[in-house]
Amino acid sequence: MLELRLYLAQRISAAIMAPLVLLHLGVMIYAIQGGLSAEEILARTRGSLLWGGVYGLFVLAVALHAAIGLRNIMSEWWSLRGPLLNAFSWIIGFGLLIMGWRAVAAVVGA
Amino acid sequence: MIKPHRRQALYLAFLLHRLSGLGLALFLPLHFYVLGRALDGEAAFDATLGWTEGPLVKIAEFGLVFLLAVHFFGGLRLLALENLRWSDRHKNYAAAAVAIAFFVACGFLLRAF
Amino acid sequence: MHDSTSIQVRVWRGDAAGGDFADYEVPQQPSQTVLDVVTWIQRHADATLSYRFACRVGMCGSCAMMVNGVPRWTCRTHVNKVAQDNRLTLEPLRNLPVIKDLACDMTVFFDKWKAAEGHFSGSLTRDRPVAAISPRDRLRRAANAAIECINCAICYAACDVVSWQADYLGPAALNRAWSLQNDIRDTNRAARLQAVSANGGCMHCHSQQGCASYCPNELNPTASIAGLKRQAAGSFLKKKYPEHYA
Repeated sequence: MLELRLYLAQRISAAIMAPLVLLHLGVMIYAIQGGLSAEEILARTRGSLLWGGVYGLFVLAVALHAAIGLRNIMSEWWSLRGPLLNAFSWIIGFGLLIMGWRAVAAVVGA
Repeated sequence: MIKPHRRQALYLAFLLHRLSGLGLALFLPLHFYVLGRALDGEAAFDATLGWTEGPLVKIAEFGLVFLLAVHFFGGLRLLALENLRWSDRHKNYAAAAVAIAFFVACGFLLRAF
Repeated sequence: MHDSTSIQVRVWRGDAAGGDFADYEVPQQPSQTVLDVVTWIQRHADATLSYRFACRVGMCGSCAMMVNGVPRWTCRTHVNKVAQDNRLTLEPLRNLPVIKDLACDMTVFFDKWKAAEGHFSGSLTRDRPVAAISPRDRLRRAANAAIECINCAICYAACDVVSWQADYLGPAALNRAWSLQNDIRDTNRAARLQAVSANGGCMHCHSQQGCASYCPNELNPTASIAGLKRQAAGSFLKKKYPEHYA
């Protein structure tokens, strides 16, 4: 049943991300005007539980989604199978999760 | 060169979804690294962000926004295909996803300059 | 320069150990099918050419091969519709092991059909009255999905996921399974749902719809597989099979 679990995790993480991606696209188009500055970004995010929570969830969903997506590519296009495929999937998922949460902590907590 | 049996619209939609996902996944570590620079202080974060001022970087950002938008709208199409009542119009929906994504990315580019 | 009244045909010749293309020049005829071309080669150019056919009228599903890189039923494919610059390239079906020349080994294809529980399991004997099912019933209409399938394996040859995941059941077997999942007389639906949602099952489908593009009977296995995905996901999330699958 592993493949069915991965299928569901991929679709559920996608559904969680759907509103978050819309928000992210909106923020990008809003924030890019006049260039990006640390002051502007941090003014929005620093100390905000809402931004921290929303982006923390976004990172969790994207780490899961990207790890499963890359797992499919590694399996189907690069013929990776078995323990090696599992190891790479976990490394990608956890790597993105830790890097992503660190980034969220950086802009919310700093 | 696309093999003959793959010369159909929804293969291209699949390929675009996979390649955009791959591109976004490869970009994420860089994205997280840049935001993580805020841990080293506002000045260090600002210096890293200053690197995004160049026009070539803005063109690249346009590409990234397109990848995100096309993966998003293409993904919505797939969620609908798998979970809603069947429709025979998925070629149209796939084309619409690309068009809307391009429109969104152009909106980003207009505001970036 | 070749004569416009003849077709230049490249045919893959060989066996499981390997092979190469051989060139033949075949006279053009009105309303000529690709199967006619292959038959002409075997009768007039090289009697050792192996290929498979039976009915010649699109019923039996045995004459499919790759024609200019696309899987087709050769008995109902007219040369003038598919020849490019009067040239044809013929190969055995993709994704199946070759036996010799244009004949491939269909064993895996039918094994997967069985693995997907592609057989009907009833509970009534011939002495009982025929089940009354309205042709307008929602499930009855959904069961139509695979009824016209002739097991030609064109969808199987068109499917990229089959070529990437050796254990993937493929569009034909899953389409058949979906038909039976909608047959209210069938008693094996819980086991079938488990079979098609195990590893190698319906979740692998990427919805490229190559199967639907090339199905000679215009079936859409992708739509059937989407139905199986919904059933598999629903059963899994509810932690049980809906009562009518029990």
